[in-house]
Amino acid sequence: MSVTAGQGTPADTQPVLDIRGLCVDYGYGDTATHAVIDADLTLYRGEVVGLAGESGSGKSTLAYGATRLLRQPGVVTDGSVLFTPNSGARAAVDILDASPARLRALRWSDVALVFQAAMNSLNPVLSVQSQLTDTLAAHRKEMTKRERAERAGELLELVGISRDRLKSFPHELSGGMKQRVMIALALALDPQVVIMDEPTTALDVVTQRQIMEQIMSLRDRLGFSVLFITHDLSLLLEMADTIAIMYAGRIVESAPARQLFHAPRHPYTAALLESFPSLHGERKMMAGIPGSPPDMRRPPKGCAFADRCKFALPRCTDEQPPLAAPAIGSQDRQVACWLHAEDTLPERLSAPEPGSQPAGTAPETTGGSR
Amino acid sequence: MSYLARRIGFYIVTAWAAVTINFFIPRLMPGSPVEIMIARLGQNGPVTPGMIHALETQFGNPKASLLSQYFSYWSQLFHGSLGISLTDYPESVGSVIGQALPWTIGLIGASVIIAFVLGTAIGAYSAWRRGSFLDGALPLSAFLQALPYFFLGLVVIEVFGERLGWFPTSGGYSQGLAPVLTPSFIGNAAQHAILPAFTIVVTSISGWMVGQRNLMITTLDQDYVLVAQAKGISQRRVMWMYAVRNAILPQFASFAVALGLVVSGSILVELVFSYPGIGSVLLNAVGNEDYSTMQGIFLIITLAVLAANFIADLVYVVLDPRARQEA
Amino acid sequence: MTVNVATAATIEIAASEPAPGRRFWSLLTRSKWVTAGLTIFAIYVFLAIFGRMLAPYDPSYQNYGEILKPPSAQHLLGTTQLGQDVLSQLLVGAAPTLEIGFLAGVVATALSIVIGVGAGFYAGSAGEGLSLLSNIFLVIPQIPLLVVISSLDPKASIWVYALVLAFLGWAWGARVLRAQTIALAQQDFVLAARASGEPAWRIILFEILPNEIPVVATSFVYTVVGAIGSYVALCFLGLVNINTWNWGTMLYWAQSQQALQSNAWWWFIPPGLAVAFILLGLVMLNFGLDEFINPRLRAAGISRKAMKAASRQQGITPVVRKRPAEPSGAVRAGDEINNAARRAK
Repeated sequence: MSVTAGQGTPADTQPVLDIRGLCVDYGYGDTATHAVIDADLTLYRGEVVGLAGESGSGKSTLAYGATRLLRQPGVVTDGSVLFTPNSGARAAVDILDASPARLRALRWSDVALVFQAAMNSLNPVLSVQSQLTDTLAAHRKEMTKRERAERAGELLELVGISRDRLKSFPHELSGGMKQRVMIALALALDPQVVIMDEPTTALDVVTQRQIMEQIMSLRDRLGFSVLFITHDLSLLLEMADTIAIMYAGRIVESAPARQLFHAPRHPYTAALLESFPSLHGERKMMAGIPGSPPDMRRPPKGCAFADRCKFALPRCTDEQPPLAAPAIGSQDRQVACWLHAEDTLPERLSAPEPGSQPAGTAPETTGGSR
Repeated sequence: MSYLARRIGFYIVTAWAAVTINFFIPRLMPGSPVEIMIARLGQNGPVTPGMIHALETQFGNPKASLLSQYFSYWSQLFHGSLGISLTDYPESVGSVIGQALPWTIGLIGASVIIAFVLGTAIGAYSAWRRGSFLDGALPLSAFLQALPYFFLGLVVIEVFGERLGWFPTSGGYSQGLAPVLTPSFIGNAAQHAILPAFTIVVTSISGWMVGQRNLMITTLDQDYVLVAQAKGISQRRVMWMYAVRNAILPQFASFAVALGLVVSGSILVELVFSYPGIGSVLLNAVGNEDYSTMQGIFLIITLAVLAANFIADLVYVVLDPRARQEA
Repeated sequence: MTVNVATAATIEIAASEPAPGRRFWSLLTRSKWVTAGLTIFAIYVFLAIFGRMLAPYDPSYQNYGEILKPPSAQHLLGTTQLGQDVLSQLLVGAAPTLEIGFLAGVVATALSIVIGVGAGFYAGSAGEGLSLLSNIFLVIPQIPLLVVISSLDPKASIWVYALVLAFLGWAWGARVLRAQTIALAQQDFVLAARASGEPAWRIILFEILPNEIPVVATSFVYTVVGAIGSYVALCFLGLVNINTWNWGTMLYWAQSQQALQSNAWWWFIPPGLAVAFILLGLVMLNFGLDEFINPRLRAAGISRKAMKAASRQQGITPVVRKRPAEPSGAVRAGDEINNAARRAK
C-alpha cells in the first residue's frame, strides 16, 4: 500500500480532473429526477479519491455524468468537468463542452473506467485480445498489428494473467479474472485518470483483496489518479487519500481519509462510520440510520439529511448548507452542514484529527508522493 | 459436442415424428384412401399386386395389424420409395419431387437470405438511431406482412408484370428453353424469379426487422456496449461488432419458425406465379387427389426445413463462442 | 391501545395504489400501438356482429344483368362475375373469417398454457419432453400439413379446421411461456411457496399465471393472426367448403374468375385488404403489448426531439444547460478561501 495514503494530497500537485457544480438529471422537464446536484469534486495528480454513499446517492451517476457515459434518459444540466493533461502540450478540456470527436479521443486514452460487475462488461463474442487491441487500434493508429498484440500480452501480464489467455473468450474466465482484464483494459493507453465504479463488489472477499492490492501496486508503478466509487467505506479508508461522502445527489463532506475516519465533521459521515463493525476493538451496538433518502424528483429545499439527522436545526430544513471549511480543526477539508455555523459543535463531530497539528502547518510528507 | 449433438438429436426425433404423422393421417381420416387410390391407378392401366401392396403399406392395410403396418411403412421408406405419382403416372413421387425441389430451394433460399440480411440491417439501424425516419419502417413492414402472400403476389403481377411489363409473370423460365445450367438459362431463370422472390421478401421482412430491433434495444443496454462506447472506438465498430454481433444470435433460434412460415407461404406464391416448385406440385396433387404425392411432399418439405435449420445451427455455432465450446 | 402501526401503514399504502388490473389497463392504453390496434379490432368485431344485417343484398343472389360492374351507387363495391354484390359478400364474410381465427386462438392458447407452463414448471424429463413436443410442432411446416389433411377430408366442418389450426398453432406460445415460467419459477416468491408446501396447481394458478398475462395476451394475438392467415390461404386454395362466404373464398372466386386480368379490381382488392387490416390491427396491438412487457422498447417518456438528439450521438450523454454556462476560468467563492489556505501552507 502506498505510504502516503490517507495523509491527503501534497501541496505541489495539480488537479487533473476538476468537477465543478455538476448537475445531472434523469429525464426531462417536470418529471426529471435530480440525481446529482451541484457537485464539486477535485482529483489531483496521483491521488486516490474515494467517493462513498448509499445506493441511489448519485455517486455512479456523478462519474458517468462527468464522463458523459450516462445512458438515456440521463442528461447533464449544468457544471464543468475540466480535464488537465499531464504534458503541457495540450490545453485543458471541459468534457461537457467537448465535441464528440474530441471526447472520443479523450476517452480511454486520458480517462478510463473500470465498471461494476465485470460479469457483463466484456463482449461475449470477441476474444480478450480483440477487445484489448481494438482500443489500441482506435487511439494509437501508428501501432502495427504485431505491436498491438504484444502490448495486449503485456497488459495481461501486468494484472497477473498469463499471456496464453489472450485468445480466450470471456465465458472461459472466472469473475476475478474478468475484472483483472477490465483493469488491464483500463490501463491499455496509460490514462491519467482511472475511474473505478464498485470494482470489487461482485467478488468474494479473498479476490476482492487481491484485486485491491493489484490496483494499488499498479497505481504506485504507473502513477495514475483514481476515482474510487463504492458504498463500502471501510475499503476506502485503507486506500484512499481523500474521501468524499455523497448523500442525495450532493457532496456533503470531503476530507483526507484518516481525518475523515477519526474526525468526521458531518452527521451523516458519523452515522455511516458507526454502521459498520470493526474487526478489532470492543463490541458495540450497531446503529443503522433510520429513515430513507428523499425522493429526488422533488429534492428538499434544505439539507437532504435533515429529517434523519440527530442534530438537526430549524435552519437545516429551510436552507441548503454550502460546502465550506469546518468550524474546527484542519481547514483543508470541506463539509456541508449548518452545525458548523453555530457556536458549538456536537461532540461526535468535534474529534481532533489524528496526529493533530494546529491548522496552518504543513502535513507530514513521506517518500513516494508525486 | 453437446450443442450440435442435441440439435441433431432433435432433428432426428422431428423427422421421425413427421413420418409417423404421415403414417397416421390417412388411417385416421374417414373413408378408405386405399380403395380410392387403387381405383384411380386402375384408370391408367392394370394394377399389379405389387402396386396394391405398396399402396396398402402407405395408406392402410385392413388385414395387417397397426404395428406391422408401421414397420412396413418404414421399410418402404428406407427402400427409397415414396410411392407412385398419380398426376405424373408412371413416374415415382420421388422423381417428381426431385425435379421440382431445386426450384423451390433456389427461390426460397435466396428470398430468405435476402429478407434476413435486409431485415436485420434495417432493424439494427432503427434501434441504433431511434426517433429517425426508420421508426416508420416498422408499421409499414407490419402492414406488408399482414397482407396475405398470395394477395401481394397477384397485385405485384398486375402492376409490375402486366402493366409495366418489367418482369415475366409466370413459370420458372421462358417457354421453350432447355433447362440446362448455362449462363443464359440461369439469367433467364433469375429473371423469372425476381417477382416471386420480391413478394416473399416483402411479406417476410417484417418479422426479421421487428425482431432485430427489439433485440438490439435490449443489447444496447448491456454493460459491454457501454464499455465499448467508453473505450472511444469507432461508432461503426461499436454498432456492428458489439451490438449487432450479439443481438443477432437469438435470431437464429427463431430461424426455425420463420423458415417454416416462409415455406408455408411460398406454396401460395408458387401457385400465383405458376412457379415450377414443390408448391405447384402439391397443389396439382391436391387437385388430382394424389395422396401419395401429397404425403411425399409433406415429408420432403419437413426434411428440407430441418436441413435448413441445421445449417442455421452451424452458423450459430460459428458466431457464438459459448456454443462453440460446447460443440 | 394495540394499534398495529405496521399494518395501518401497509393498509394505507395498499389503498393508495390502484388495483393492478386498472394500472395495467391505463399503462397499456398509453401506447399508440394499442389504441390503434384496439380501434381496428373493435371495428371488425362490429362488422362481424352486424355484417349480415348491414349487407344491402343477399351475397349469393346472382343478378345476371349486372355482371362485373365497377363500384356504383347501387353496388358500392361493384359486382362479381355472377352479378353478386361484393360489399354484401364482404360484410357477411367478416364473421366466419374472424370466428375461426378466434376459436383456434382460444384453443391454441389454452393448449400452450398447459404445455408451456407445465414444461417450464416441471424441470426434468417431463419438462424436457413437453419442450421437445412443442419444438417438433413448431418446426413442422403448417400449410403443407393442412393441405394434406384438408384434401383427405374435404367435407370437414369449420370446427374441424379450427381444431386443426389450434393443434398446429399452440407451439409458439408454449415455447414463450415455458421460457417465462422458468424465469419466474426461480424467483423468491415461487420458491417460498414451494417450500411452504403449496400444491403445484395453486402456485401455477395464483402465483405464476397472473404474472404471465401480458405474454399470454401477445401469444394469443399471434395465434389468431396465424390462424386467420392460414384459413384464408386454405380457402384461397379452394380446399375448404366453398359454399360459405368468407374473405378467403371471395379471393378464391376472384382468382379463378380472373378478376385482376379483367380489371375487376373491386372484387379482388377489398377482401385482401380486409384480411390485411385485421391482421395489421392485431399486430399493432401486439407491438403495444410488447412495449408493455419490455419497457425498454417504450420511448420512456422522452420527447421525440430529445431522443433524436441523444441518439444522434450514441454513447454520449447530452448536455442541456438550464442556465448559461459559466466560463471555465470562473472561480467560485468557496474556492478562493480553500486555495488561499492551501497556498499559505
